[in-house]
Amino acid sequence: MAYSNKVLDHYNHPRNVGSMDKSDPNVGTGMVGAPECGDVMKLQVKVNPETGVIEDAKFKTFGCGSAIASSSLATEWLRGRTVDEALAIKNTDIVNELSLPPVKIHCSVLAEDAIKAAINDYKTKSGVPAKETATA
Amino acid sequence: MKLPIYMDNHATTPVDPRVFEAMRPYLTNVFGNSASRNHSFGWEAEEATEKARKQVASLIGATAKEIVFTSGATESNNLALKGVAEMYAEKGTHIITAATEHKAILDTCKRLEKQGVRVTYLAVQQNGLVDLNQLRDAITDKTILISIMHANNEIGVLQPVREIGKIAKERGVLFHTDGTQAAGKIPVNVLEDNIDMMSITAHKMYGPKGVGALYVRRRNPRVQLTAQMDGGGHERGMRSGTLNIPGIVGLGEACGIAQAGMAEESKRMEYMRDKLKDRLLASLDEVYINGTMEHRLPNNLNVSFAYVEGESLLMGINDIAVSSGSACTSATLEPSYVLKALGAGDDLAHSSIRFGLGRFNSEEEVDYVAGKVIDVVKKLRELSPLYEMFKDGVDLSKVQWTAH
Repeated sequence: MAYSNKVLDHYNHPRNVGSMDKSDPNVGTGMVGAPECGDVMKLQVKVNPETGVIEDAKFKTFGCGSAIASSSLATEWLRGRTVDEALAIKNTDIVNELSLPPVKIHCSVLAEDAIKAAINDYKTKSGVPAKETATA
Repeated sequence: MKLPIYMDNHATTPVDPRVFEAMRPYLTNVFGNSASRNHSFGWEAEEATEKARKQVASLIGATAKEIVFTSGATESNNLALKGVAEMYAEKGTHIITAATEHKAILDTCKRLEKQGVRVTYLAVQQNGLVDLNQLRDAITDKTILISIMHANNEIGVLQPVREIGKIAKERGVLFHTDGTQAAGKIPVNVLEDNIDMMSITAHKMYGPKGVGALYVRRRNPRVQLTAQMDGGGHERGMRSGTLNIPGIVGLGEACGIAQAGMAEESKRMEYMRDKLKDRLLASLDEVYINGTMEHRLPNNLNVSFAYVEGESLLMGINDIAVSSGSACTSATLEPSYVLKALGAGDDLAHSSIRFGLGRFNSEEEVDYVAGKVIDVVKKLRELSPLYEMFKDGVDLSKVQWTAH
């Protein structure tokens, strides 16, 4: 299978790899997927509680190149957005940006789930009621 | 050293230049049909096929008349299973095979099941081998055939064919083995191993694609098959169709070369394979070898790099051709059923890489491959949330995952 140049670029130069302190009240952590399914994404956001803006985002992903690229791209897009803007990111945006083929759409779905899980974790920790999110 | 490096010799092998030279005349001016009995063009073609038949037979300890040429191992497997099921239907309707067989066996069995044949799929042990006691217990008075492969195409483990052959003979059941990966790589003797039928193919032993053979025992017992292809009655009525002379010459030559050089070549394969394995194990933690090392093809290594997904690893070593049991490399999104059958867990199946060494690999290439794989695994583990959790002492089997 041929990968798009953008997937290759994220795979070769993943952005924002790393972990933040889970216990930090301003950090929201989302972990989605399962090892037996072949992909697990951990996505973390650090939110400025005054402005609601995501100041930092980090990821670690076990998965194929498209899964790595989807989560790497997600961290790029999250930085600088408010939490509500972040929730507006759709998996189809990721599919289009990375030119993912149909068999890799589940990677983008997983990234969207990871974003929602991280934001909801932050909201729960900071006392904002979490929005009900659809799971894939 | 030239890149990319080909180390996927269980998928296919390049044609040996000596094989190509042997084939060349039969692709050009020697073009006769071996079934033409009344002119020299036909005689020349027939002479070439009979020489090849002897070369194939010699490799596996059979006689020339027991070799039926086919289009490859898939056809040979189909012919053996369907041919026996049809021919011996009055004697019985039960076939025994194993869960880790190639799809050419498993899917043939599935079709036979639709036609009323009962099939037992033996589970394998964690080392990849069938349990002989389970095999004995599975045999009933309706059993007509046991089909167990010689060497596995993914994990390279060698089934105890000699013992299986003995059991089959004692119980009066025919024994077929898919010898696709074993023939030409390790010594095979159909008499000593009590093999009644054996499938082989040329392109896994440096011959051309599209040609193979089925060994069909003629004596003690004489195996009969119902032909699956109707036509001119070629190959003693078992496989009609004008013979693929250049392919057959190539198969014969490939068998001859394999037989002559086997002792030396298998030593060289084993040396390089072990060097690769030792380097990987010395430089990386959490590396698991799939299948027993004790009974294994000398050119196979199948390892799981825990916490790293196979396809992402392949992407990082894109100047090396190997294959992965990961779901993402296949259209079905299902990880390797062979690795699952070992009971290692789907996560390790997703992390597996198969290295298949071959005649044209060099030690320099092995060194390059080892170094590159080690680098990429380390890089991907820095990216892996699972490796991080493992390092933090989290028991991953106790984590509540969100399956998708």
